[in-house]
Amino acid sequence: MTQILLDIDGVSVEAGPEMTVLEAAQSAGIEIPTLCHHDKLVPFGGCRLCIVEVTQGSRTQLVVSCVYPVAQGLVVKTRSKKVDRIRKTILELLMAHAPDAPQLKTYASEYGAVADRFDADPSFCIHCGLCVRYCEEVKGAHALGFVGRGVNKEISFIPEIAAVACDGCKECFPLCPTSYLQAAYVLTQSLAFP
Amino acid sequence: MTELTSPEALETLRDQVLSKQDPETPFVSVCAGAGCIASGADQVIAAFESEIESQGLNTGVNTKGTGCPGFCEQGPVVVIYPQEICYLKVTAEDVPEIVTQTLKQGQVVDRLLYTDPGDGSKAKCESEIPFYKNQQRTLLSANTRIDSKRINDYLTIGGYSALRKALTDMTDTEVLEEVKISGIRGRGGAGFPAGIKWEGSKNADDPVKYVIVNADEGDPGAFMDRALLEGNPHAILEGLIIGGYAIGAKEGYVYVRQEYPLAVENITLAIDQARELGLLGENILGSGFSFDVFVHQGAGAFVCGESTALMTALEGRVGEPRPKYIRSNIKGLWEKPSVLNNVETWANIPLIINDGGAAFASVGTESSKGTKIFSLVGKINNTGLVEVPMGIPLRDIIFDIGGGIPKGKAFKAVQTGGPSGGCIPAEHLDLPVGFDELSQIGSMMGSGGMIVMDEDTCMVDVARYFIEFLTDESCGKCVPCREGLRQMHRILTDITKGKGKEGDIETLEALSETAIEASLCALGKSAPNPFLSTLQYFRDEYDAHIRDNRCTALSCKDLISFVIDPDKCRACMICMRKCPADAIDGAKKTIHVVDQDKCTRCGTCLDVCPEKFSAVYKISGEPVPSPIPEEERTLRKEQVK
Repeated sequence: MTQILLDIDGVSVEAGPEMTVLEAAQSAGIEIPTLCHHDKLVPFGGCRLCIVEVTQGSRTQLVVSCVYPVAQGLVVKTRSKKVDRIRKTILELLMAHAPDAPQLKTYASEYGAVADRFDADPSFCIHCGLCVRYCEEVKGAHALGFVGRGVNKEISFIPEIAAVACDGCKECFPLCPTSYLQAAYVLTQSLAFP
Repeated sequence: MTELTSPEALETLRDQVLSKQDPETPFVSVCAGAGCIASGADQVIAAFESEIESQGLNTGVNTKGTGCPGFCEQGPVVVIYPQEICYLKVTAEDVPEIVTQTLKQGQVVDRLLYTDPGDGSKAKCESEIPFYKNQQRTLLSANTRIDSKRINDYLTIGGYSALRKALTDMTDTEVLEEVKISGIRGRGGAGFPAGIKWEGSKNADDPVKYVIVNADEGDPGAFMDRALLEGNPHAILEGLIIGGYAIGAKEGYVYVRQEYPLAVENITLAIDQARELGLLGENILGSGFSFDVFVHQGAGAFVCGESTALMTALEGRVGEPRPKYIRSNIKGLWEKPSVLNNVETWANIPLIINDGGAAFASVGTESSKGTKIFSLVGKINNTGLVEVPMGIPLRDIIFDIGGGIPKGKAFKAVQTGGPSGGCIPAEHLDLPVGFDELSQIGSMMGSGGMIVMDEDTCMVDVARYFIEFLTDESCGKCVPCREGLRQMHRILTDITKGKGKEGDIETLEALSETAIEASLCALGKSAPNPFLSTLQYFRDEYDAHIRDNRCTALSCKDLISFVIDPDKCRACMICMRKCPADAIDGAKKTIHVVDQDKCTRCGTCLDVCPEKFSAVYKISGEPVPSPIPEEERTLRKEQVK
């Protein structure tokens, strides 16, 4: 198989032709922040935190590394002023929902994000979709899904399926970057079956 | 109908249809587009049919419900052929007179003709009306000549001759070349050159390919595609079949929003008719090329007009965009090479094949070729659809064709490109209309929406309105769009309510940058445009709102007050009676005063105050003058006249 050589932050990285820039970076131990990415799942491209700057020939652009395919001779910069600024804004937008999420707080200190820059919308969920996609793609259970659209989008367990499938599984709990999923489940359970 | 198995059979059928038609026989064409139907076109058509029969003309005169001619402001529009007499705002009650006068005696009914608002002169034919006279109606002109539900009508205006030409006289490569020569750029929004898009798919190494019509027109105030689908569906279908032939696709899809029931009905009927004639199906016209088309109804999400969301929806999944670092003409519907073009683009293809790409390219500017249909709406005298050559100055569209701004108000801006387009101020009115020209000044061509705004329009509120629309329509998949627009909408709403603060503009700019650079699809990437373009040209309005709580257009309800000038008020009690909030104190011979605590700022008092008094006015950003003391409110004798 042809190997592809690209440059990430000055490091020459060898990658397989089917890899994404994020995968190539991770394989070389170069860290790019992510929230909606999971090794076992099809790339989603939802949180956009893994945005990086790529240059191919004379063209430089910002792309999202979890879905951007590697290319021969691609030059990747995982951080720049602009990249950092955008990551900061993304984090601040999400912290309006989940100001205390540990993963967000860790990234926030790295990028100087201010938790209360935007008016709070304490819904906790940041719509990374990890739980929905893991349940669908890895477990094949389809016990939860997105409902609604846009700003009204929510994650919801489907009672008929969840009642049967979730009790022995709960593998999605540790995936949740806000830890809210587990809390919601436990709360619902305690309310429904006191 | 028998299936047409050869190009000759098509021409024989055309000759047969034409031979039954006498160009001298009068016929009545009534616009049966959605706008005119809403103003009673159905009743007008029925009235013509019964009146023609009762006056004994039924053997000689036909009535046709046709597509939209574009002059929606003046609908229902009736044109009497062969004289081409154009009657406007026709009601069923007018019909007996038209039949007696015009159809029987050849007389013109003056009162139904177009009247020039300036000098009061009358125009008998469409071609004499300034609204039509200044257009170049290459596509739209077919709408009024045919009943869109009859394939035979389409054949009489040369329909499917381009398909015959492509299949019989041209190779697929030659068809592609012609489209490339035409230089046509996609009419849906991004303006990507159609020929290059087609070429990518044609050269893609996959035996299965698709061609798709994007008929998910969703911009507020835009109805170009609707008029074409309703009025001339066969032209779009013919273009699509030719496209399929050029790139080597065997299947096509029409993705049409279900909110357009008549469009769905007409395109579905057109497909059935074409299939019956053998213009779709196996071995079309004996050429060996096989192709079929299916209609898919969209469920009403604006984002499904975006190419990857549309394809995801076509696949039967939730209509959300997907990352497209590989273009959909290489990897699109079901991961197959797919050419997606807008309705208007497809409708142009038969013209390009018939007249040649060079003829098409002879119209327009260096980088924008052909004609473009715009839907001209907002604060404009002649609301409707206009088709103009690319390169025409905005001023000509708005003032010569559109007839300028109603009620003598001043032009303030024109918003082009749909909700994610930009607002163009008066200083750019002489800009030639083209894809690149509009982008350079912070707006875009989009699919052809054109919303005119007058001096009473608050530009901050306009930005808030469009951002609100886009927030509602965001699919919610990516953070910069879902969360960013939510916050932008919140801040803009605060500004229009007088709760803006220093730093808001900078925050909005940061959110704009994030949305533009990091959003997943074009909806998010272009969503900040309404804010950015209004900020670029009308920054003083933002500053006035934030710093002085002043809406310079006197439009934002939370920032204005209605005041009655005690020197002008003649205590006529009209505003008092009409005020829905009981917010006006006064009595007979007692000067009226607005109770600011009760006032809901609906503006009724201003509207109803007799012009000869003009006592009511609006203020913003300044304290309301203290009401005249009660003892001085009695109208003095010399004031009562």
